[in-house]
Order: sequence, then C-alpha cells, then structure tokens
Amino acid sequence: MDLQTLTYLVVGSTFALYIGIAIWARAGTTGEFYAAGRGVHPVTNGMATAADWMSAASFISMAGLIAFVGYDNSTFLMGWTGGYVLLAMLLAPYLRKFGKFTVPEFIGDRFYSPTARLVAVICLIVASLTYVIGQMTGVGVAFSRFLNVSSEIGLFVGAAIVFAYAVLGGMKGITYTQVAQYCVLILAYTIPAIFISLQLTGNAFPQVGLFSNTLADGVPLLTKLNEVIGELGFASYTGHHSNTLNMVLFTLSLMIGTAGLPHVIIRFFTVPRVADARWSAGWALVFIALLYTVAPAVGAMARLNLVDTIQIGQVGAPDGNLAYDDRPDWFRNWETTGLLKFEDKNGDGRIQYYNDASQGFAAKAEEFGWKGNELDVNRDILVLANPEIAQLPNWVIALVAAGGLAAALSTAAGLLLAISSAVSHDLIKGAYNPNISEKSELLAARIAMAASIVVATYLGLNPPGFAAQTVALAFGLAAASIFPALMMGIFVKRINNKGAVAGMLTGLIFTIVYIFWYKGWLFIPGTNFAPDTPDAWVFGISPLSIGSVGALLNFGVAYFVSNATEEPPQEIQDLVESIRIPRGAGAATGH
Amino acid sequence: MDNDKESGVAYWKANLSLVKWSLVIWAIVSFGFGIVLRPLLSGIKIGGTDLGFWFAQQGSIYVFLILIFFYAWRMNALDKKFGVDEE
Repeated sequence: MDLQTLTYLVVGSTFALYIGIAIWARAGTTGEFYAAGRGVHPVTNGMATAADWMSAASFISMAGLIAFVGYDNSTFLMGWTGGYVLLAMLLAPYLRKFGKFTVPEFIGDRFYSPTARLVAVICLIVASLTYVIGQMTGVGVAFSRFLNVSSEIGLFVGAAIVFAYAVLGGMKGITYTQVAQYCVLILAYTIPAIFISLQLTGNAFPQVGLFSNTLADGVPLLTKLNEVIGELGFASYTGHHSNTLNMVLFTLSLMIGTAGLPHVIIRFFTVPRVADARWSAGWALVFIALLYTVAPAVGAMARLNLVDTIQIGQVGAPDGNLAYDDRPDWFRNWETTGLLKFEDKNGDGRIQYYNDASQGFAAKAEEFGWKGNELDVNRDILVLANPEIAQLPNWVIALVAAGGLAAALSTAAGLLLAISSAVSHDLIKGAYNPNISEKSELLAARIAMAASIVVATYLGLNPPGFAAQTVALAFGLAAASIFPALMMGIFVKRINNKGAVAGMLTGLIFTIVYIFWYKGWLFIPGTNFAPDTPDAWVFGISPLSIGSVGALLNFGVAYFVSNATEEPPQEIQDLVESIRIPRGAGAATGH
Repeated sequence: MDNDKESGVAYWKANLSLVKWSLVIWAIVSFGFGIVLRPLLSGIKIGGTDLGFWFAQQGSIYVFLILIFFYAWRMNALDKKFGVDEE
C-alpha cells in the first residue's frame, strides 16, 4: 500500500473513533458539559490532561527547539513539567473542593468581586484564544503535508471533528476523545523514537539511548554530537551558552504559567474527590513524562542524523558534502512545503550546512570555498520528518501524521471548552442573567462553543502576523495574573478584594507592557520601544521570561494592599477554611 | 468545636510543611542541579556529558513525578489522621 493511501486510512480511522466517542458521550446537563459529571477516574483524567496539555507545540516543535539549541532549551522540558508539581500541591485539590465550574468563578467568589472575575475572564479568553490559533494552524500544516489537501480544507475538516464531540459532549465528550487522542499521539511519538534509538545506540529506551555509546564508533552519543556540530562551527550541544538568570526566570515562568492555564485547571474539576485530584496530577505527569523524557533524545538523535545525512565525508574535503542531486526523498518532500530550503551559494552543486555566524569558523569556511550556510531547516519539521530521515516503514510515517493531528485537536478542544464555559457560565449566567435555567445555560454553553470554534477556525485561516509571538502572552498572562490570584486565594486568608484586584492588574499590566516594549505594541512591527535583543533587555531578562517577575509583583502588591485595607468578611474566611479540607467535597457537586 | 479547630490548624500546618519541603526539592533539582549548580556537578560524568545536563533533560522530571505521588500519598494519610477525609 502506498504512503498516501495508508495515511488516509490511519488518519481516517482515528477520526472515525473520535466521532464514535462523540455520539456515545453526549452531555445532558451543565454538570456534564462543564465537568463531565465529576465522574472521571483519576487515571483517565490524567491521560486526558496529558492530551489536553500536550499541544502541537509539544508534539511538533519541542524536540526541534532542543535539537537546534541543545542544553539551553532544557528550560522547556523542566518548565512544562514542573508546573504539575505546583498544580498538585497548590491548586488542583483546593479548586476541586471548591466545586464550581470555571476558574474566574473561583476568583469572583473568593474575592467577592465581579471586577476580579471579569479580569480573570479577560485573561482567560486572551490566553486561550492566542493558544488555539497555534493548534488550528498546526492542523492545517499536518493536513497539507501528509494528506495532500490544502490547509484550508484541512482546517475545516479538523474544526468539524472538534465541533462534533465538543458541542455534543462538552467536557464529557472531550475527556473521552482526549484519552483516545493521547494513545494515538504517544504511540506516534515513541515508536519512531524507539526505532531511531535502536539504530543509533542499540538501546530500545530513547531516555537511556541519549546517554549511551553510538553503535557506529562506540563513543557516547552526546560527545559525538558535540564533535560533529563543533567541526561545523556550531556551539556545543551540551554547553551552557545563555544568561543564567534568564534561564531560571524562563523556566519559572513556564512552570507557573502551566499551573495557571485555565484549560488545564478545569480538567481537575472532573474527578469525583479531592484525593483523586492529587493522584490525577501525578498520573497526568506520568503520561506527559512519557513524551517529555523522549523528546530530548529525539532532538539530539535527529540533529545527529541530519548532520550525518548532509556531511557525508571529511569537513572541508571537496566530496565531503552531499551532492544536491543525490538528496534523499524526505528532503524533496519537505522542499515542496517550503519548510526546508537549499540555496547553492558557492555553486558547487553540494549542500553545505554549517554555522556561518561563527567568527571563529569564518576563516576555515573561506579556505574550503564555502560562501555561507546553504540549508535552511525549519525546526518544526524535525519530528514530522524524523521517521523519513531514519527510513522507517510507511505505517510509522502515517501514524506520526495522525499523532500530530491528535495533539493539536485535543488541545484545541480543551481550550475551546475553557473559553465557552467562561462565556456561558461567567459572562451570561454570572454577570448578565443569573436566573437562567439549567436547560438554557446548557444551550448557551453549546452556542458559545460553536461560536468559539468558528472564531478559532477564522483565526486559523487568517493567523495574525504575530501568532508565533502570542505564546509568550498566553503564558505571561497565566503566570502573572491567574496563578498568583488562585494561590493567594487559597493560602493567604488575609487577601481581600482590593488586594486581589490591585495585584492582578499590576501583574497583568507590567507583563504586557514589558512584552510590548520589546515586541511592539499589540505586536505591530516597528512600534517597539527597544530592540528585542539580549543586550537591550533589563538584566538580560527576555520578554518570554517576564511572567515570573509579573507574578512576584502580583504577590507583593496584593499582600501590601490587603494588609493596608480591611479584613475579608467572615463568610469569605469560612469559605477559605472549607476549601482547605477535603471533607464534604461530594456535597459541592450538586451545584 | 475547639478541638475541631485545633485539629484543623494542626492539619493545615502539617500540609504546609509537606508542601514547603516538597517545593524545596522541586527547586533544587530543576533550578539548582539543572541550571545554577550545574558547574558544581560537572565532575560527575554521565554518558558523554555531566550530571547537571542529565538533571535538566531527564532527572528533574523523574523527581517531579516522585514528589507528586509522595505528596498525594502523605496527604491522603494526613486527611485520615486528622479526620478530614472524604467519607
């Protein structure tokens, strides 16, 4: 069977599975729509959380981010997993005990302030919408590369699938499709990694293979990688080349941003008990770690394979580089997408891939007759092209396509639920019409979901030029505004409405201004006040890392303002007491 | 009632101390061993690189896992000990 047919078959059957689940898991009440009736087993929820959390960025981009930078980008690995420790210990069990349906609802009730709830709704919608754009464009890319249809049609098909299970089933439908999607994506990620690890190191566990000797010449894989890229003028893979303070703050921002992202938090509302919320965070990290411990191995091995493909002989020898006419099939396939580009700068018909920004290497390059790096590799293609580079069988390539789609669709659905529940529950029921009936609210939730899908599809078709930048915004908002408010709401009884609002606004405004200062106001090119370079950043802190500083400001301001003003009313203090103990969590589910 | 209150305070104190120590370990393995303290560990070699690199790309994630399960297990025991578990 040829690759095209096989891919249609594999992707088609996963889609049929998702639709089947949608029909089986319809939601009949708002409790089922918002929180899957709070009947999800902690392990099931952990798996759904893992799919919810691991987006197109985790599946497609992360290994590439590590492959082309090395140690310095370990920040993504620690940051995107360390947040679960915070979730498990600081937020999830208490918010589950609180027993409501949305994150802004907790903030509004705990700080007895509609303003606080509104600020939270705005942060939630901005963070989730920006995030969803990336998922939708990811769906389009996967379709256009693997299924040979235009990315527009791909987007419509993807949106229709999400529509089916998210509008019908709400959280209930999303949960069970996410479980299926997790299985697809983790198989798609680990199977090629195992093959490649076996090929390079003979070790079936990529996590161990990364630190093993290569079969080819018996030296450790990482030593070998440092050598071959070093010969081409690249900085060492395992070395530390970036600003340490920035690395710490970036990791911290990713951690608290992860813990503060509403679409992740609401997953913990679906388990039956407080104790389950604790276990479930652990299970979520187990399923996430299966991918996250493999990703650095995929990155290092793919980089080595890539260099070995291009640099076939001695560096500098006339026949040391691959002739363009001899390029392998995967190279041709990816050239047609424009994500892999070759330009024969010195006209020798061979591909030179090296670091032409390195001054130390410039003299050598000149001596070799090289006129600049000739290969431009988009780092997002590494994971997708990996099975082809390693010459794995066609069914593995088809599976990777289905995995990429599963990662993007599962995250998109989770984000859309967070947005639609904020609209129907916080804005319509909370602010506009508190007396809305259960049936009407469920209808409103479904309409809000359908509308969010339409907006997300539109944004996916016409991604604003700043789409790639907005991830910083999503994490910045979650880290600087939502996480501190939730944590203080639980752990510091003294925080009152004034303190919380002042803290959230301070964190929010500070973070947004710092990001826009370097990246342009509303990301409009040319409107930035300073160049976005390490030299211009305050203390070398990148706009991507500023969320953690915003969070510290939020904590500080909230604390001082609260202590300078009156104590929160007695019933709020009682509320805080009650969410701190698990007993009685069952009673809250009625709502 | 007073007894309840005292036991509630003790429960919360025990929880806070558990969280505090867990987060100390959380920070040491990631920000510490993985980033800031990496030069101190550079003498310990592992598979072509040093221990700090391993913590940054593998070790810290394993420790996070252990921490969450340990916390869940200890907290569920504390819930029972102080009689605040879900019946």
